[in-house]
Amino acid sequence: MSDLTKMSAAQLAKAIAGKEASAVEVATAHLDRIDAVDERVHAFLHVDREGALAAAERVDKGEVTGPLAGVPIAVKDVIATKGVPTTAASKILEGWRPPYDATLVERLRAAGTVMLGKTNMDEFAMGSSTEYSAYGPTNNPWDLGRIPGGSGGGSAAALAAYEAPLAIGTDTGGSIRQPGAVTGTVGAKPTYGGTSRYGLIAFSSSLDTPGPCARNVEDAALLHSVIAGHDPRDSTSIPQPVPDVVGAARLGASGDLSGVKLGLVKEFAGDGSEPGVLSAFHEGLEALVKLGAEVVEVSCPHFEYALPAYYLIAPSEASSNLARFDGVRYGLRVGDDGNRSLEEVMSLTREAGFGPEVKRRIILGTYALSSGYYDAYYGQAQKVRTLITRDFQSAFERVDVLVSPTTPFVAFPFGSRTSDPYQMYLADLFTIPTNLYGGPAISVPCGLSEGLPVGFQVMAPTLADDRMYRVAAALESAVGTLTPPAL
Amino acid sequence: MTTTALPTYEDAVARYEPVIGLETHVELGTATKMFCGCRTEFGAEPNTQVCPVCLGLPGALPVANRAAIEATIRIGLALNCDIASWCRMARKNYFYPDMPKNFQTSQYDEPLCVEGYVDVEVDGKQYRIGIERVHLEEDTGKSLHVGGATGRIHGATESLVDYNRAGIPLVEIVTKPVPGIGALAPEVAKAYVSELRDIIRSLGVSDVRMEQGSLRCDVNTSLNKPGEEWGTRTETKNVNSLRSVERAVRSEIIRQSGLLDEGIRIFQETRHFQETTGDTRPGRSKETATDYRYFPEPDLVPIAPDQAWVAELKAALPERPSVKRARLAEDWGISAIDMQSVANAGAVELIEETIAAGASPAGARKWWMGELARRANETGVDLSAVGATPAQVAELQKLVEGGKLNDKLARQVLEGVVAGEGDPAAVMASRGLGVVSDTGALTAAVDEAIAANPDIAAKIRDGKVAAAGALVGAVMKTTRGQADAKTVRDLILERLS
Amino acid sequence: MAAISREEVAHLARLSRLAVTEEELDRFAGQLDVILQSVARIGEVAADDIPPTSHSVPLTNVYRDDVPTPCLTQEEALSGAPDAFEGRFRVPRILDEED
Repeated sequence: MSDLTKMSAAQLAKAIAGKEASAVEVATAHLDRIDAVDERVHAFLHVDREGALAAAERVDKGEVTGPLAGVPIAVKDVIATKGVPTTAASKILEGWRPPYDATLVERLRAAGTVMLGKTNMDEFAMGSSTEYSAYGPTNNPWDLGRIPGGSGGGSAAALAAYEAPLAIGTDTGGSIRQPGAVTGTVGAKPTYGGTSRYGLIAFSSSLDTPGPCARNVEDAALLHSVIAGHDPRDSTSIPQPVPDVVGAARLGASGDLSGVKLGLVKEFAGDGSEPGVLSAFHEGLEALVKLGAEVVEVSCPHFEYALPAYYLIAPSEASSNLARFDGVRYGLRVGDDGNRSLEEVMSLTREAGFGPEVKRRIILGTYALSSGYYDAYYGQAQKVRTLITRDFQSAFERVDVLVSPTTPFVAFPFGSRTSDPYQMYLADLFTIPTNLYGGPAISVPCGLSEGLPVGFQVMAPTLADDRMYRVAAALESAVGTLTPPAL
Repeated sequence: MTTTALPTYEDAVARYEPVIGLETHVELGTATKMFCGCRTEFGAEPNTQVCPVCLGLPGALPVANRAAIEATIRIGLALNCDIASWCRMARKNYFYPDMPKNFQTSQYDEPLCVEGYVDVEVDGKQYRIGIERVHLEEDTGKSLHVGGATGRIHGATESLVDYNRAGIPLVEIVTKPVPGIGALAPEVAKAYVSELRDIIRSLGVSDVRMEQGSLRCDVNTSLNKPGEEWGTRTETKNVNSLRSVERAVRSEIIRQSGLLDEGIRIFQETRHFQETTGDTRPGRSKETATDYRYFPEPDLVPIAPDQAWVAELKAALPERPSVKRARLAEDWGISAIDMQSVANAGAVELIEETIAAGASPAGARKWWMGELARRANETGVDLSAVGATPAQVAELQKLVEGGKLNDKLARQVLEGVVAGEGDPAAVMASRGLGVVSDTGALTAAVDEAIAANPDIAAKIRDGKVAAAGALVGAVMKTTRGQADAKTVRDLILERLS
Repeated sequence: MAAISREEVAHLARLSRLAVTEEELDRFAGQLDVILQSVARIGEVAADDIPPTSHSVPLTNVYRDDVPTPCLTQEEALSGAPDAFEGRFRVPRILDEED
C-alpha cells in the first residue's frame, strides 16, 4: 500500500471496502501523522485517538458500513460531539464535553467515518486567520509563518498537512472557503438550510452553514452528500432532496463545460486584490473557457455593501447567541468568591472567557440592536440583504454561476492584520455576499502566487449546489490539485 | 413611603378616575415544551425534564410545538381576535439565570393574535374589555433562594436553579387600557380575569390554576382627574388569585391618589403585590426595562397560519362559558349566583354530564357541590380529580331516588367510590350497605323495640302518634341505619293501632 | 466626529455583561469607531421600500408534533455545571430588586 495519508477519501473508502487496507491501519497512519507534524501545524485542539481506533475497529468488524466507512475525518471544534471536548476555541468552554451529538456528527458516524479529533479555529468562528483562537494559532503547512485562513484554519491545515483526508468546516462569512483558498485545498459552503445546524455552536444563526473540506472536489462532494439533507431538529433545514453533487463533480471532471455561462462580477474587479491573486484567477478563468465555458460580465451593484451589512447582522446575532455563556450551566466561572453577586461573577466570567475579537463583536452587535440604532443599523442591513439577494437572482437569470477569487490576498504573515480589525474583515470581501444570499459556493485551487495557493470561487443559485461542483471539478481537471511542500 | 394618612377608597375614586390594564400569562397544558420534546409535568425532580434545547446548551436549536401554536390561535379566536396571516417569533435579550439562553423566545411587534375583546358583567351591567394582543412565548426556570429569610431573594446568599419549567409554552394576553369604570375598577379587573380563566378552561388548553402559577396576572393602574389626560401607570406583578386582582387594583388606587393629593408625581415602575398585607411594594427599576434589543428569531421560521385551518378552529370553538352558564342556570332552575358558585367550583361540566347520565339537576348539583366539593377542598385536588365520575354520581342518585339508599348510606357509598372501591352498586354489596325494607326482617326489630319501650308504646296506643319517632330511632339503631325510616314508622303504627 | 464614545462602549459592555478593563475600553472605543464609520456606509443605500430579510430560506410553519422525546438525566444535565447542589445549578446571590 502507498502512503495512506496521501490518498483521497474516495480511494481510502475503496481500499477499505476492498480489504486492501483495514480501517484501523488507516486511522493509525493518520494518528501517527498527527503525532509527527501537529506540534508544528497545530491543526488540532483535541485528538481522540481512542475514539478513532474504536470506530475503526467497528468498521473492520463489519458493524458499521456506509459510503465513507473507515475514512478518517477532522471536525471543527464548533460542532458538538458527545463526550468529546468541544470548545469553539474559547476559554469559556474549556473542558466542556457535550451530552449530545450534532446531527452531522450522527450522519458522519452512520456513513462510517472515523473522527480523529477536533480542529482549531478562530474563537467562536470569528476571524479569518485562527489568530483569535484562545489556544494559539494554526500554522499554514505551506509556510508555517503564515496564517491558514479562518475561522476554519485548523480543518484546512489538517488537510494540507495530510493529517486527515476530510474535514468539517462551518461558513458564516467565508470560514470554509477562505481557509481552503490559502491552504490550497477545497472548501464548500452548501446552500443555507441544506446542511443541519443542530449541534453547531451558533455564531450568526441566519448565516452559519456547515460544509465539507477536502483535498479534491470529488471528496468534498462525497462528504457533502453524506452530511446534507433535511433535519427535523433544525427549523431552517430545507425539506428537499439533496442535489446529486457527486454526479455533478464526476461530470465536471470529464472536462466539458460547453454551454456553461460564468458570470464575472463587475464590482469585484478592482477591489484590492493582490496582482498575483488576480493573475492566477484569470488563468483559471481561461482554463474554463478552454473547456467550453462562456464568460459574461454581470453587475451586482449592492455587493459593495455586503461587508457592512455582514458586520452588522453577524455581530448582532452573535451578541444574542453568545449571551448563554455566563458560567451558570456549563463552562468557565470566574470570580465566585462567595461575596460577589451573580451579576458580577457573570461579567467577570465573560470578560475572562472571551477573547478581544469576540468582545468587540458582542459590543458591536449590542450596539446595532439597541433601540435607537436598530433601524439605522440592523434593520437597514437586513434590507440591504434583500437587495444583495436580488442582485444574485437577477445575475442568475443571465448566467449559471458567478466566479471570483475566493479572497483578495494569499496567506499573510501572522500579526499583519490583527491591530486593525477592519483589515482582517477584508479577507472575506468576496465570500460574504453568498452568505447573505444563502446560496452555495465553493473554493478550489487555481494556482500559486509567490509560491502560495490562490483560491477560485464558484457561486451558484440556492439549491443548485451540484452546479458549483461541476464547474469546480472541471477547473481542477484543468489546473490539477496543489501539493504543499513537505513538512 | 408617605407618612400622611392614605385617603379612603371612596375618597380616592371620588377625586380620580382609574384606568386599568391587565397582562395575563397562561401556561399551556401541552404534553411537551414550546421548542423541544421535554415533558411538562408539574412537580418532577429538578432538572429531569430538560434537554440540550431547553437547557440552552451550545448548538441546540428550537422547533416549535404545533399544539402550542394551535392553542394560542384558539385562545385568540375565543377572545374575538384577528389572527395574523404571517408573523415571527423574536428574541427578547436580557440576562437572568433562570433563562437558559439569556434571551427569551417571544413575540414583539408581530403577535399571533390582535384586536379582540371580552365582555364581562359586574352588578348586572356589561363592560367590554378590549384585547390588544395575544402572543406566544416560553416560560423561564425556577430559582430557590437560599440563606435569606423565607426563601426570598432579598438577603439570600445563593440561588439554586431548576430548568424543568424553562421552555413551557406561555401565552401572554394583553388588554387595551380600560377607562370609564370608576369605582368598579377592582371588580371589573377581577371579573375579566375570571371570565378569561373560564374561557381558557373551556378550550381545554390550560388548567389555568392561579395557585400553581399556570395563570399569572400583572395589573396596570393609573389615575387621572376627571377631564384630564390619563396618568402615568404602574405595573403590579405577583397577583396570584382572583381576590388579589381586586385587592391590588384597590390598593394601588388608594396609594396613587395619596401621592397625587400631595402633589407627588407618579413614575412608571414595576411594583409587587403583597399577599399578606394586600398592598404593593416597589420592584426594581430595571436597566433592562429600557432595552431588550428585540430582533426576529433567526432559528425559527415565520408562522403563517392557513386561513382555512383558522376558520376550522373558529367553527369548532366551544360555547362561550358565560352564555353556557346562563343557559344551564335556566335549565337547572337555579339563580345566577348559584350558577356562579358552580362555575367557581369547576363543576359545570361535571354536573352537566351527571344529568346526561340520568340524574336530576338538583340531585347532581347536591353531590358535586356538597360532599364532593368538600372532599376536593380538603384534599386540595380539582373536583374533576376527586375520584368520582359523573356516571357514578348519577348511579348513586338513582339508588337514593329508588329508595335503595338513604342519604346517610349514600354518603358512605360515595366514600367507598371515592376510595376506589368501585361503582356505587359494587360498594353497596361489598360494604353490605343498603336500605332494609323487607317487612319480615323489620317486624322482629319493631317488636323488640316495642317490648323494650313499653311507656312509649303506651303513648302511641293512646293516640300520641308523634311519639313514634323515638321508636323509629331505636329501630334504626339496631339495624345500623339500614332500615327505611318510613317503612319502620308504618310498621310501628300498624302494630300499635 | 467619533461614531461611538468611550462612555457608550462602557454602557454596551455593561449591557453585555463584560467587565472590561479601562485599557480595553480605550482600545475598543477606537477600534469600534473605525468599524462603525466604515459600516455606516450602509445608510447610503436607498432601501425605504425594501422588505428586510431575516431568513434566507423561504420556509414557513415548521412545527413538530406534541409528542414527548427522551430528556437528559439529571446527571447529564448538571455534568457541565461549574457548581451544582441537590440536583440544581448553584449560582451566587442574585442582585436584589431593592439593591
